[in-house]
Amino acid sequence: MPWLWWLSAACIGVGLVWGFFFTPDDFRQGSTVKIIYLHVPSALIAINAWLMMLVASLIWLVRRHHVSALAAKAAAPVGITMTLIALITGAFWGQPMWGTWWVWDPRLTSVLILFLFYVGYVALWSAIEDPDTAADLTSVLCMVGSVFALLSRYAVLFWNQGLHQGASLSLDAEENVADVFYQPLVLCMFGFGFLFLALVLYRTGTEIRRRRMTTLIRRRAVHA
Amino acid sequence: MPDLGKYADAVLSAYAVSILLLFGIVAISLSSGRRARAALREIEEAQGED
Repeated sequence: MPWLWWLSAACIGVGLVWGFFFTPDDFRQGSTVKIIYLHVPSALIAINAWLMMLVASLIWLVRRHHVSALAAKAAAPVGITMTLIALITGAFWGQPMWGTWWVWDPRLTSVLILFLFYVGYVALWSAIEDPDTAADLTSVLCMVGSVFALLSRYAVLFWNQGLHQGASLSLDAEENVADVFYQPLVLCMFGFGFLFLALVLYRTGTEIRRRRMTTLIRRRAVHA
Repeated sequence: MPDLGKYADAVLSAYAVSILLLFGIVAISLSSGRRARAALREIEEAQGED
């Protein structure tokens, strides 16, 4: 679906240009507020990618639907990238605002653990030769990691001792960022969402081709 | 270019790293997809010849 790639590029491009060049500095955080257009959308996708993998893994475990297992496998590297962007931009934002690159805050820590789960998930897929066994074991790992995906989303709500602020966007209008930052931020969030969708669809296609290739090679070896 | 003041390094570094990572995952995905497509076509053609 080429239009999905173009839609994501347009949303991210316009959102970032709008946010970077045409929004004012925050009265407390200065120009560092411009990091929000990368940090919040990437963190959003980092968490939701894992939840998408959880749904796909559950479908695999219950229905043994091969494409769902491959979709979960395809989403993991995208999730790693998004988590890495969230962690790195968070560090660049935290250093001037908090005076430290890193702090063992509940949200930061749970996102770091989520990142390690992503890496472990990809490593587990690579380590097991039989695809069905790999799908089974990675699905179980995905269920365990979901605790940290949810924790990284909700940690700021029930753990008050952290440095990390509360949600930037919420259905409760009182918690939202100022209107001037809101529109480019929402555009970037849609852009990251579309990019995630485009990447997962494309990578799932690649995984299906690889699976077909392996099957054909094995079939050929049996006939030879 | 907007005046980013004393936080210019932090903001520009965050953008540079993020854009690099985004382009990286897209490039890796597209190149591995193309390779898989070509390899599958090759195998299917070889099977057709058999």
